[in-house]
Amino acid sequence: MNQFITAGATRLSTAPRASLWREIQRNWVAYVYISPFFILFGIFGAFPIIYSFILSFQQWNGISPAQWVGFENYIRLFQDRLFWLAMWNTIFIGVIAHIPILGGAMVLAFIINSAAVRFKHFYRSAYFLPVVTSPVAVSLIFSTLYGVRFGLINWVLVTLGFPPIDWWGGNGEWIKPAIIILFIWRWLGWNMIIYLAGLQGINPELYEVAAIDGANLRQIFFKITLPLMQPIILFTLVLSTVGAMTIFDEPYLLVGTTGGTNNAGLTIAMYLYDRGFRFAHLGYASAMAYVVSAVIVFVSVLNIRFFGRSRTEV
Amino acid sequence: MTPSETTRLIETARRNARRKSRAKRWRQLTREIVFNGILMVGAFLSAFPFYWMFILATQSTNQIFSWPPQFTPGDSLLTNYQTMLSIIPFWRNFANSVFVGITHTTLALLFCSMGGYAFAMYRFPGRTWLFALLLATMMVPWIAGIVPWFILISKWLHWINRYEALIIPGAASAFGIFWMRQYVQESIPSELLDAARIDGCHEFLIFFRIVAPLLMPAFAALGIMIFINNWNAFLGPLLVMQDKSMYTLPVSLALLRQDPRRGFDAGVQMLGTAMATLPMLIVFLAATRRFMAGLTLGALKG
Repeated sequence: MNQFITAGATRLSTAPRASLWREIQRNWVAYVYISPFFILFGIFGAFPIIYSFILSFQQWNGISPAQWVGFENYIRLFQDRLFWLAMWNTIFIGVIAHIPILGGAMVLAFIINSAAVRFKHFYRSAYFLPVVTSPVAVSLIFSTLYGVRFGLINWVLVTLGFPPIDWWGGNGEWIKPAIIILFIWRWLGWNMIIYLAGLQGINPELYEVAAIDGANLRQIFFKITLPLMQPIILFTLVLSTVGAMTIFDEPYLLVGTTGGTNNAGLTIAMYLYDRGFRFAHLGYASAMAYVVSAVIVFVSVLNIRFFGRSRTEV
Repeated sequence: MTPSETTRLIETARRNARRKSRAKRWRQLTREIVFNGILMVGAFLSAFPFYWMFILATQSTNQIFSWPPQFTPGDSLLTNYQTMLSIIPFWRNFANSVFVGITHTTLALLFCSMGGYAFAMYRFPGRTWLFALLLATMMVPWIAGIVPWFILISKWLHWINRYEALIIPGAASAFGIFWMRQYVQESIPSELLDAARIDGCHEFLIFFRIVAPLLMPAFAALGIMIFINNWNAFLGPLLVMQDKSMYTLPVSLALLRQDPRRGFDAGVQMLGTAMATLPMLIVFLAATRRFMAGLTLGALKG
């Protein structure tokens, strides 16, 4: 903003304030054009976030008057076994799923981008199909694939001589893998397309020079491709963090609101939904929302610190 | 060095080079085979669940439970269809999804293009920090304000079971404005605006008369993205739509899964899923190139 003030002052050599006002008047159309976003964000974004903070210090069921309880919601939250379990489940699913998602996406993008592959367009579309499908549809399809007695996966396993998997029973030890497999299937293609676009932006002369210097494929990948892809990797990491920490649809449909056997599939967003919207513990759910958001912001900042060395904005 | 010795040396060098290039060709060939093999397996794994969805949609419970599974279509498509309609008002839910999707997308395209155009073309005071604020809102997870968001929708606006709740709140997305700003910056020359001003076009109308028609490709690309996201949304409609006839398709499908009277009827579920998914698959396959271009424009400039 200072730039505008000084620019106006040098040009017109009048009082800065008057010229600022004139600049604002001259550009009134721009303010009108950007106002829908700021109005809607104010009402449906900023206001709920601020109100959520206030609510997190209150006890309220939505009907009787709200009570101020100070930090009690947070104290109870940190003593809540299910909260910690849900947090653990969410982080476990997110981290384990994203190693193959991001790693696999990078390798696949590198392969598709290489000269050895034809039908690039076909592959891109095929890998992207899961992304345009709704999480609900994907979850329903996978719940039939995971069928214990009739599921296709168990049929393949038995045919190959392995014992069938009891996906939902036992101690619930197969619930997280089931969610992770679904998550990988759905998100690998999206990340691959992003990486592929990044790879196509790399100057091919760099590869030629490297090849002339005798670099092999592995050296080219680790010494040229990865460093140049750093900003794009950061972009996918930040989005993946938010996506993984707020995962709701898939586990909710696969194992139901309580997360299945031993709550093995209970994620933090599901637990928040359960407390906030099924039991109307509005203050408690708000406190949970704030803790989760703090974790997300914290991890995003860590990501930016580690992967965005030279970048100051995202 | 005798001439014969020289020819011998040249011969050896040539043979070595040939052997090396043959080895190199072999290496390239194996690489090609391995690369294409990996990609083909991956493409198969990506696409197969869709095939399976369509197959199961035509099978009865008995066929689905048979061992080994049948990989060809069954003959229960019509029965499954009738059963599905007895559980959920599918076409009503379908119409809800279409209506909400189209109105939301139209409104979002209007707001996003206006915002993106303003940020790209005007040097107004406060532009820098307003744009920074806009980018910062993208980092805020939706979960932070979800509880009061619902209180706002239900208690104060009385939007439970109303379309507004799904159309208006997300109509001006920060991502969309950011995306449109990139597009406008790259494709609209500022001389065009000056020319319009000289011709006496009112400042407010320059966007609608001159710029908007040039943004058609951008509307298509961003519109597909917004529409698909809206079509697939689950938690929002789950919270605000409490009447069966107001459900959008994802919520309706979830009901198909959880209907306690029926137990697990995979054929009926897969039919509903297939019918809800098919339109998006068609939209996507018809506009893949545009969609991908749109997606990556947003990502690369981030």
